[in-house]
Amino acid sequence: MKYTIPAQEVMCSGHKACQGCGAALAMRYALKALGPRTIMTFPACCWSVIDGPFPYSAVGVPLFHTAFETAAVVASGIRAGLDARGEKDVNVVAWAGDGGTFDIGIQALSGTTERNDNIIYVCYDNEAYMNTGVQRSSATPWGAVTTTTPPRHFKKERKKDMMAILAAHSIPYTASASVAYPEDFIKKLNYAKSIEGTKFLHILATCPPGWRSAPEIAVQLAKLAVQTHAFPLYEIHEGRYFKMSMNPAKKPLTDYLKPQGRFRHLTEEQVADMDRMIDERYSYLLEQAERSKPYFDAKKETK
Amino acid sequence: MSDEIKWKKESDMPLMAMSMGRMTVNKTGSWRNLRPVIEKEKCIKCGICWKFCPDVSIRLDEEDYPVVDLEFCKGCGICAVECPKDAITMIKEE
Repeated sequence: MKYTIPAQEVMCSGHKACQGCGAALAMRYALKALGPRTIMTFPACCWSVIDGPFPYSAVGVPLFHTAFETAAVVASGIRAGLDARGEKDVNVVAWAGDGGTFDIGIQALSGTTERNDNIIYVCYDNEAYMNTGVQRSSATPWGAVTTTTPPRHFKKERKKDMMAILAAHSIPYTASASVAYPEDFIKKLNYAKSIEGTKFLHILATCPPGWRSAPEIAVQLAKLAVQTHAFPLYEIHEGRYFKMSMNPAKKPLTDYLKPQGRFRHLTEEQVADMDRMIDERYSYLLEQAERSKPYFDAKKETK
Repeated sequence: MSDEIKWKKESDMPLMAMSMGRMTVNKTGSWRNLRPVIEKEKCIKCGICWKFCPDVSIRLDEEDYPVVDLEFCKGCGICAVECPKDAITMIKEE
C-alpha cells in the first residue's frame, strides 16, 4: 500500500488522551515526520498528562518535563548541549499547548526566537486551558464559552495573532497547520527540519470535552475550521513573505460553529460579527500572499 | 527509549529519575462505550482510518485491510466518520 504519511509509529498506544483528542493526533504525526532521533520538552499542558505517570511514557523519544514558562529555553539548552557533544542529527522540539505558548511561555519563546536557537517549537492549540478544566486563554477565539467566560459573558476579545508576533522576530519559518491535513503538517515539519534557526509551527488540535463537541467529529471540525477560513493555513518565511498553504472556497461559518457547544449561545448577529472578523483577517492574509509572490517565484527559479 | 536498553555498568545509568517503561501497560480499551466494526466487503483499503486514529490502535494487515486493536481502542468513532465508504459502524459495547 502507498502511504500518504510516513508508516513509522514512534508514539505508542495506551496514552491518556481523551477520546477523539486532536493533540494526540498532532503528536503522532509530528513523531512520524521527525523520527526517533528527537528530544522533546513539554511544559505543563495536556501532553504532560497524556504521556502518562512515572515510570511510563507514550512518546517513545527522550522527553523533558519543564516548568510551565520554560519549554522553549529548555529546548535551546538541550540544543546547546548537543552542539557541545557534536551531535548534529538530533531534532530538538519544544511541544507546548496554547497556554504555554500564548500566555505563560511567551517570554521564553521570545528569548529563544531572538537568539534564533536551532529548535522546532510546536504549539498545539486547543484554544483554552483544557488540561485544568477549560479556562480561557489568549488563544480562545471571540465568542467562545469556557468555564471562566460563561455564556452571558462570553469571550469578547479576539484570538491573539501568535504567528504575527513570531514573524515579527524575523524567524526563518512560521507555519500554521491542522490535524485534519496530516500531509500538509508533515510537509511543513520536514521543511522545518531542513533549515537552521527557530521554527514555529502552530497546529489546531480539536478538544471534544473543551469545545463541547462529539469526539467522532474531531477531524471534521479541524477540517471545517480551515474550510470556513476560521483557522487559515499559511506559512511565513523570513518573517516577511506569506504563502497560503491552501485556499479553499469558503463554507458557511455556521457549519463550523453549530456542532460546538461553546458557540451555541451566539445569536445570528453575533455570528455575522464573527464572520466579518474572520473575513477581514483572511483578506489581509491573501493580500500579503499576493505581495510575497515575487519572493517565492525567485526562490523556485534558483532551485 | 527503546525497549531493549540495558545498562552494563553503574556509570551507564542516568543521573536523574527517568521513565523507561512504555504506556502500552495502560489498556485503554476499557474506556470504550462503542466498538468499531469493519465490513471487509465495503473496504477499499485507503488507509484513512489508520491515518486518523489518535490511539494508534488501527493497523493494516498483510492484505492492507484495517484491523482494530480492541485492547487500546477508546471508541472515539473518528474512523467511522472519516471512512469514505461507510465501511465502519460503531456498535454498543455489551
